[in-house]
Amino acid sequence: MYENPDGVMIGLEVHVQLNKLKTKIFCGCSTDYHNDPPNSHVCPVCLGLPGSMPVINKKAVEAAIKVGLAFNCTVEERTQFYRKNYFYPDLPKAFQITQYDFPISSNGYVIIEGEDGEHKVRINRAHMEEDPGRLVHEGTIDKSKYTLIDYNRSGMALLEIVSEPDMRSPKEARRYLDKLRNIIEYLDVSDADLEGAMRVDANISIMGGQRAEIKNISSFKGAERAMLFEIVRQKNVLRRGGVVVQETRHFDEAREITLSMRSKEEAHDYRYFPEPDLVPLKISGWAPAIKETLPELPDARRMRFVEQYGITDDHAKSLTGELVWANYYEDVLKSYENEYGEKLDPKFAAAWINDTLKGEMNYRGTSLTFKVGSVTHYAVNKEYTVAIIRFLNLKTITKNNAIYLFRKLLDEPKGGDYYRPVRNSPDSAENYLMLTLEKEGLLKVEGDIVETAAEEAITENPQSVADYRAGKEKALNALVGAVMKKTRGRADARTAREILLEKLG
Amino acid sequence: MWASINELRERIHAGSSEEVVCEYLDRIGSSKLNAFVTVAAESAIARAKEIDSGGHDGVLAGIPVAIKDNISTKGIRTTCSSNILTGYVPPYDAHVIERLKAAGAVIIGKTNMDEFAMGTSTETSYYGATKNPWDTDRVPGGSSGGSAAAVAGGEAPLSLGSDTGGSVRCPASFCGVAGLKPTYGVISRYGLISYANSLEQIGPFATSVRDLAAIFDVVSGHDLRDSTSVDRKTNYSSALENDVKGLNIGVPAEYFGEGTDEAVEKSVWNAIHTLEDLGATWTEVKMPHTKYALSAYYIIAMSEASSNLARFDGMRYGIRTEDSNWHTTFSQVRAAGFGEEVKRRILLGTYALSAGYHDKYYLKALKVRTLIKQDFERAFNDVDVLIAPTMPYPAFKLGEKIDDPLSLYLADVDTVPINLAGVPSISIPCGFSDGLPIGMQVIGKHFDEAAILRTAYTFEENTDYHTKRPEGL
Amino acid sequence: MITKEDLEHIGWLSRLELSDEDKEKYSPKLNSILDYFGELNEVDTEGVEPTYHVLPLYNVFREDEVGGTTTSLTQDEALSNAPRKQDGFFKAPRMM
Repeated sequence: MYENPDGVMIGLEVHVQLNKLKTKIFCGCSTDYHNDPPNSHVCPVCLGLPGSMPVINKKAVEAAIKVGLAFNCTVEERTQFYRKNYFYPDLPKAFQITQYDFPISSNGYVIIEGEDGEHKVRINRAHMEEDPGRLVHEGTIDKSKYTLIDYNRSGMALLEIVSEPDMRSPKEARRYLDKLRNIIEYLDVSDADLEGAMRVDANISIMGGQRAEIKNISSFKGAERAMLFEIVRQKNVLRRGGVVVQETRHFDEAREITLSMRSKEEAHDYRYFPEPDLVPLKISGWAPAIKETLPELPDARRMRFVEQYGITDDHAKSLTGELVWANYYEDVLKSYENEYGEKLDPKFAAAWINDTLKGEMNYRGTSLTFKVGSVTHYAVNKEYTVAIIRFLNLKTITKNNAIYLFRKLLDEPKGGDYYRPVRNSPDSAENYLMLTLEKEGLLKVEGDIVETAAEEAITENPQSVADYRAGKEKALNALVGAVMKKTRGRADARTAREILLEKLG
Repeated sequence: MWASINELRERIHAGSSEEVVCEYLDRIGSSKLNAFVTVAAESAIARAKEIDSGGHDGVLAGIPVAIKDNISTKGIRTTCSSNILTGYVPPYDAHVIERLKAAGAVIIGKTNMDEFAMGTSTETSYYGATKNPWDTDRVPGGSSGGSAAAVAGGEAPLSLGSDTGGSVRCPASFCGVAGLKPTYGVISRYGLISYANSLEQIGPFATSVRDLAAIFDVVSGHDLRDSTSVDRKTNYSSALENDVKGLNIGVPAEYFGEGTDEAVEKSVWNAIHTLEDLGATWTEVKMPHTKYALSAYYIIAMSEASSNLARFDGMRYGIRTEDSNWHTTFSQVRAAGFGEEVKRRILLGTYALSAGYHDKYYLKALKVRTLIKQDFERAFNDVDVLIAPTMPYPAFKLGEKIDDPLSLYLADVDTVPINLAGVPSISIPCGFSDGLPIGMQVIGKHFDEAAILRTAYTFEENTDYHTKRPEGL
Repeated sequence: MITKEDLEHIGWLSRLELSDEDKEKYSPKLNSILDYFGELNEVDTEGVEPTYHVLPLYNVFREDEVGGTTTSLTQDEALSNAPRKQDGFFKAPRMM
């Protein structure tokens, strides 16, 4: 049971950009603006030109329902858009079209790994809204002499997912965020890697004080730091006998501190009212059909991995924690069977893919996938991994060889169509791997070479031989080590042991 | 001048669109009405030449049309008669402009209006007041005063206005021409610069119901860019039959109330009796919430306007004052760009939506709107159309009411309930008082434009008010 | 009743710079209009639903197609009306 000594309560508002849609939420402008010049993906609607009118993107509504359902929300009978009125240079109409009463979905929950086991975080609502434009400052926001505005982002579809204040530590908050990103990834509604795809506001309070809303958090790592700082700040205020007031604070990412924003500028009154240019939606009838199309979500996939493949829960959790890894794992299992006509031991594969390949990539901070245009490719084509595991199974290579090969694959571009191996050809994965080992003189040694090395080891280590003969089983290990040393690790240890045993009679 | 579409078609056929367009341009050039904010002479002549050489067979091929300056026209300055939009040239056409162009029409210019369509007299324009063609000391009505005066003064055969609370019908009445406010949703608002979205419709002006129906046929119809646009295209011209036999007219006593000029009351009753003589019957109907329509209308319109007009901040278009910090610059641009009446409505609308007042004003007004809508639904259970005065009195003097906003608002008493209910209404001339036209409105059920056009057409075919023209222009 | 403080607040909310003279000028007229609007209090609206949309329209959508309902402007067109611009951006005043 987690005691939560400070009575920390954290609620998060996460803005998810539905950037997998082809167009923005209310107009026909393309969402694919990230590599284009400013103000080149705008039209009268998202530029807020006088006379323009919004029309809701049907796919955006479907995506919002998907997300709502994935978070166990109720999809409302009737939903509607409102205007949130406030001025800001990034907001071209001086109101944001968002939802207020009647959000598209509400009253859900998500289970996270909490401080004391499974922990339920309630979702208050998930609602749709439009993204404002992007402001560019020369230097910092407070020093810049002018502000530049790019409206390419204006009108991108956002989903704001609002949790209840159910998280009791920054760690839980971080777990919630990871879980949320994981689910969104599985739903295929947002590419979290794109700039600004997920933004967080955090509401934090501790026992004896009011809550502070922390804005301007642009990364999940930043979110955790902002919360840690804020809790310490609030505790210090109370310890000094002060009062923690309800306020909005700004996270200064560089200094990792939060700053009060209390001023006349914060005296908002959003004057919400229904957007007259958009008619209400009655879409609750869509939910059952959309539910049918929901993909297998992370928790379900993790359980399936454990049940179907018999792998450890740690492996299942790690692999399903990122959609690409879960897919890669199953792709390798399938390819192996297709290629070699026999099943690959899923536990063996999980160990190599998760512990070696994923571990190495995490260490290097590289990603399993990369994009060419809108097409995603694996950075290491699965044929290579399949072949390495095959060699391991056949004992053609040693474990050290395998580790060497995975590292080698990551040193070179070995992903995408261009580097896709061609089976039964000089460009096959097997060929590449063998050539690599050969070039480095690491090809596994067998037969005569091992035999010779074993004979030499016996001759050169009479004491060990004597110990072994005297019944000290462990002395054999020294002899195996000597063989390995002589073959520079290229011999298979088990084979070496067998040969030694044979020779020692 | 004052030629019908048919006459213009013949003249274009015998001569050219260019000749016709140039004649109107000359007339506008020598006018003292100040009906236009922008005369698009160059593009109009170019377009006319194109039509002359291209054999365009659209129903308005080569015919000039004047457009209210709150309707976006690609390449032609669109200012809403406001300083804040000085120099704004839209990079796109409103839906109605696309339709007009497709039908071969020639956009001759942009007409004067009350700033952002907020007014009943076209006196709040940054470009000065428009004058009534029947008496240049008087207002043409508003807010589409320029569009009405242009048609009444023979400066354009057809024009478009917009009607949020009477802004087509009021100037039609004051200027003695026909003007239509269609059912909400029948004409796409895409490209119409919003004053109050939930109330307004674009509407045409013409000197006859036949021409009105012809341009209405062109500009109405479904548009995917306006979510409130409805998909039920009909041919309105074919509804024009000289026959009201069996038509049941409702006469709401509340529209003939206190403050209604005697001459107006008499003219409208005469018209009802004329229709009765032609085979219609009439009956009195009760619309008990009419009295509250004005307050409900103004609260809703101002609330929506306060939000709609927030985008004018000098960043993307329009005027810009010297830069300070952004808060100050926004406030200064808006203070310099908007006129007094616009500011008044933004302030009141902001107040009506603000925390603590939202329910008392905005929400209350919307509930009263429901009651007014129900008044119409009940009335239309028993009758086919309603007939009432458009305005309580004929055109008033320039400057007479401009310093007393409330008295100016009160002039809209008979027009605003129609917008609250979203029903269609046509205003046509039905008499004169001291040389000034009097208008009556024929109000229909949702989407029953056919009934009001037929009623108005029959009245016209049997009277000659619509043939009278102002003199001495 | 709109007080001077109210007027300052709504002037701020609507970003309209009001001079003292403006405030003097606006106050009485705004209040007489608000007084008039007060007549709505006479109307019994118990149980009456507000009418936000006058037509019973629902579920109007557009398809997720680039250029479907509106086409993008070029950067030049987008900036064609900008009072101030720089390097393809709209240029706004400083933030602080």
